[in-house]
Amino acid sequence: MKLETRDLVQGYGSSIILDGVSVSVSSGEIVALLGPNGSGKSTMIKTICDILPPKSGTVELDGTDIRTYDSSELAKIISYVPQSSNAAVYTTVMDTVLLGRRPYVSWTYRPEDIQIAASAMERMNVDHLSDHNVSELSGGQRQRVFLARSLAQNPDFFIFDEPTSALDLKFQMKTMISMREIIKESGSGMMIALHDINLALNYTDKVVMIKDAKIRASGPPSTTITKQTIRDVYGVETEIIETGSGRYILPI
Amino acid sequence: MLLGRIGEFRSLLKGDKADDSALGRYETSRRKKVLFILGTGMLLLVVSVAVLGIGGIMISPLDVFYTLFHDLLPGIIPEPSQDYYGIVINGYRIPRIILGVMTGACLAVAGAAMQGILKNPLADPFTLGLSSAASCGAGLGIVIGPMIFGSLYHTTYELFGHSLSFQWIFMVLTAFLFGLASVSIIILLTGKRPVSQSTLILTGVVVGYIFSAVLSYMKYISDEAALKDLTLWLLGGMWGASWDAVMIVLPIGLIGIILMWRTAVDINVLSSGDDVAKNLGVKVAPLRKKIMVLSSLVTSACMAFTGIIGFVGLMGPHMVRMLIGNDNRYLIPASALFGALTLVSCDAIARYVIRPSELPVGIIMYLVGGVFFMFLIKKMRGGYDI
Repeated sequence: MKLETRDLVQGYGSSIILDGVSVSVSSGEIVALLGPNGSGKSTMIKTICDILPPKSGTVELDGTDIRTYDSSELAKIISYVPQSSNAAVYTTVMDTVLLGRRPYVSWTYRPEDIQIAASAMERMNVDHLSDHNVSELSGGQRQRVFLARSLAQNPDFFIFDEPTSALDLKFQMKTMISMREIIKESGSGMMIALHDINLALNYTDKVVMIKDAKIRASGPPSTTITKQTIRDVYGVETEIIETGSGRYILPI
Repeated sequence: MLLGRIGEFRSLLKGDKADDSALGRYETSRRKKVLFILGTGMLLLVVSVAVLGIGGIMISPLDVFYTLFHDLLPGIIPEPSQDYYGIVINGYRIPRIILGVMTGACLAVAGAAMQGILKNPLADPFTLGLSSAASCGAGLGIVIGPMIFGSLYHTTYELFGHSLSFQWIFMVLTAFLFGLASVSIIILLTGKRPVSQSTLILTGVVVGYIFSAVLSYMKYISDEAALKDLTLWLLGGMWGASWDAVMIVLPIGLIGIILMWRTAVDINVLSSGDDVAKNLGVKVAPLRKKIMVLSSLVTSACMAFTGIIGFVGLMGPHMVRMLIGNDNRYLIPASALFGALTLVSCDAIARYVIRPSELPVGIIMYLVGGVFFMFLIKKMRGGYDI
């Protein structure tokens, strides 16, 4: 399967946020969206998830406009996790993760839905918190609960908006590694807006660098993320350091 | 299939699968919720029967029992000690209790559903101005009905062996139209762009004021007889109870509650934010409209007979939330039963304290509700937000 945008134009009112952007993600692939704050990463993510209708251009799934899909059908294909979510009080982790099963149930959850939610929690290391209220958890734990909800949704494409920004270093790495495993095992695809260039460099298959509503560079991370593109997109001078365990970007 | 479900239900109640795994803990919490609903339901049944004897004419529990079942088994159960007990209980108190149950249930469910879709813990038919609007509509019905329809206004129709007055139907209709108008104003003003929780409630309160002003004007211009009717009815009480009222409120209330209950999972999803809800396949704007319309429908149907009754829509769902959590699949039926229990009990107290006369149930509810509201505000300081 292939999820792609074609000549996407997006904006609020008269301001243009994305101007003729075409990106794609295929099954089994992890694509990172990089760019400074306000470069339109979140808008791109929301448009791909059919939350914002595009101003012009289309989002297509194997060539079919996603806007022609029934909303419950699309919910089984594309899963969205926002940058931050509000947590409802008196709602347990289990109940929150179960929400991911909404597209599959008509009125109440079946035993298999509960089973799927339980294994999603295990995968994201929150199963021991299942009967805690989400509002009582730390920011990082909460974010992992929302990722578990997304896993329970069992989609073909995970579309995440900086899901790891609230996580501490250890869980950032762990989460990226386990998401990578899930993508490679299940053959689903993932598009992820990232803040951290180093995560993009080491855990993704393709990066798309956006600035001023346009794509500045795209391709495999090792050849796309260079001193020049970073200077161009972020306006920061960097050193790229080769180490035994991967390449790292060091701002100077 | 059915036997399987019953077996599953029995094992849930016994807590067979409640071990320490994530699944077991989920089972434990489901068990707690189901037991709460069953317990509240049984308590409601007991209280409803127990309060049949309370009021201007006090009837002993034994006589209540005789009155209820004498006709069923005349040979075994003796007649009650007074013949008029039958009229008091069957003609007045049973419809009154059914109306109380339905009103409590409808207001609490409307409150729970509105709090869910608006993600605002203070939302309920009262704070959003729906109650004022519906009562303004009903008041308008009382005042202008006879002017418009003349003698037709007092026509009665035969329905399932009961006579139903045109007056009531007209009143429910005007109440519903006005209720709908108030929620439409709120949706129009706050639906398009994100507004803060306090702006939403403030809008509701202001809309409520506007409708109250219209109602006050009607009180000001209406004649003696209509004024007394209007004032009494505005205090909020169950004296509008009759089999007529039950015939209107019971079907509208039950259907409204069931339709709202069916959207429980979608309301749950909405608690994660509109964007996530959309991604999970929920049609957010139509769901909001549906709940607002159903809430106005059930609220108006009740309020046409009871007048303004506040707080049960606010306090019912909140107490239930604190006890069994936010899952609307359980919250909605539990709130319905809890709201009903609250209203029926408060009404019984209202009938008892200054008997043989009675207080408007609103007075009791406002006292209890007001104290709870203050408690809630105090709790909100710790970041209470749904």
